[in-house]
Amino acid sequence: MESVIDIQGLGLTFERDGRRTEVLRGLDLAIPRGAFVAIVGASGVGKSTLLRVLIGLAQASAGKVTLDTHSAQRQPVALVFQDSRLLPWRRVIDNVAFGLEGRGLSRRDRHAKALDALGIVGLAHLARRWPHQLSGGQRQRVALARALAVEPEVLLMDEPFSALDAISRESLQDELTRIWQVTGKTILFVTHDIEEATYLADRVVVLAGAPGRAVADHAIDTPRPRRRDDDADAAIVADVRRHLGSSKGAVLAEAA
Amino acid sequence: MALTETAALPVAPAARRARLNAFSSVGLGAAGLLAFLLIWQAVPSLSLVNPMMLPGPLAIPAAFQSELASGMWLTAVTGSLSHYTLGLVVGSALGIALGVLTGMSRVAEDLTSWVVRVLRPIPGLAWAPFAIIWFGVTPSAAVFIITISVFWIVFFAAHGAVRAVDRDLLEVADAFGFRAAHEKLFKIYLPAAMPGILVGLRTALGQAWMAVVAAEIFGVPGLGHRMIEASALLATDIVIVYMLTMAALYGLLDSLFLLLQNWLLRWKA
Ligand SMILES: Nc1ncnc2c1ncn2[C@@H]1O[C@H](COP(=O)(O)OP(=O)(O)OP(=O)(O)O)[C@@H](O)[C@H]1O
Ligand SMILES: [Mg+2]
Repeated sequence: MESVIDIQGLGLTFERDGRRTEVLRGLDLAIPRGAFVAIVGASGVGKSTLLRVLIGLAQASAGKVTLDTHSAQRQPVALVFQDSRLLPWRRVIDNVAFGLEGRGLSRRDRHAKALDALGIVGLAHLARRWPHQLSGGQRQRVALARALAVEPEVLLMDEPFSALDAISRESLQDELTRIWQVTGKTILFVTHDIEEATYLADRVVVLAGAPGRAVADHAIDTPRPRRRDDDADAAIVADVRRHLGSSKGAVLAEAA
Repeated sequence: MALTETAALPVAPAARRARLNAFSSVGLGAAGLLAFLLIWQAVPSLSLVNPMMLPGPLAIPAAFQSELASGMWLTAVTGSLSHYTLGLVVGSALGIALGVLTGMSRVAEDLTSWVVRVLRPIPGLAWAPFAIIWFGVTPSAAVFIITISVFWIVFFAAHGAVRAVDRDLLEVADAFGFRAAHEKLFKIYLPAAMPGILVGLRTALGQAWMAVVAAEIFGVPGLGHRMIEASALLATDIVIVYMLTMAALYGLLDSLFLLLQNWLLRWKA
């Protein structure tokens, strides 16, 4: 299948005060158009760094990243940050319209598009609020709407729900699944939660090691709509856990 | 019934106390002011001090009337306000522009750091000799002195506020493709630095007022100049009229500024 993102031999080393930290090395990953790929990995393995390279916030030190997006698109990739990062001085609607500025759209058109995006996440009624008047879950939804508003081909999401309570997280997971099915976007979803990865994605890629690289890549074939209690293939979960070096995985690995 | 009462109990006295406090603090304030005026009036009335040296508050309305009638008051106030406004606008604009520039650009900061270190400790009033040599005893000289006093305050406020802008929010601009300096300036730096800049502007509002009086004492027509004239004639009641005028004008401007600031920062929690 045609890849929208093709990463070959990606390496990234931070240099500061003469100290070098090699975060990623030899990372290969191809993301097919329209796929929902989850990336799991332990804290500090380089998940955020990978997304930052893809959105252009960080510079790769080695390797090649090819984005095969339709060139007419001004903003082919959008990122939902780990924390919502709304601009506190803008109302919700203007936060969502942020990425639409500078494209020759009138303010009215920008607001219309922003309102559509807010509708997708179910928050159109809060358009006039200030960010500080929102709950954490609502803020994260607005951040998602801000990314959707620019109509990106690829949506990068960095542990977007990790700071939320279980109930908000589950409802946002279901919304995201619905949005993906409706819009057909490519989604690259970073998480450290294996259940979240297997519940949401078509494919789970495990990043591990120091420096980090892709150590495992599993297709998740569980048909949709999925239920939270249908366990994704236990062998896959066990393998992911083993790669993550969690105790449960280690026990399973020893038994094998 | 009993239940509602117990539930209401802890709330009601607190609310009542708050209301009482508000009442009594206004009342106390008024009582204090009245006492102040009484003592002030008593000092000349009881001949503790020669009324020439310190006229009582009762003498002030008549002096105000005569200044109004002669047109002196309006001339002085409009003169001072125009120096004040011009100096404030020019000083703030330069302060914000340079403060933001040096806050955003390391090169600009390094380039100016030594110049700033040399010039900054010089008080605005120390520029008075040059103000008079360059502009003569004209309104421009007063505006120049006020501009310098305002500039430094606003410059440092803007510089600090821009330096403190959250890197994370700048990344949001990058992530959405706004990478040019002017895009970041208007979309992130200025709005994010606004609270800090406004603090500087409000301080400058007060400082500029002091500079107005000081600058006019050198002879530029305005409140300060009129005060010096009156004191030369020992018209102390008129001096007090202008002192109170300054207090009232500053109070008014500061309140207006607060309204503007609250509106600009209405997004804050
Ligand atoms: N600017 C930087 N300079 C030096 N090292 C950095 C920098 N940014 C990140 N790192 C290091 O790179 C590594 C990967 O960081 P990254 O944020 O990508 O981890 P992560 O996988 O997203 O972790 P988490 O799950 O905790 O968010 C960490 O060890 C971190 O300390
Ligand atoms: Mg991270």
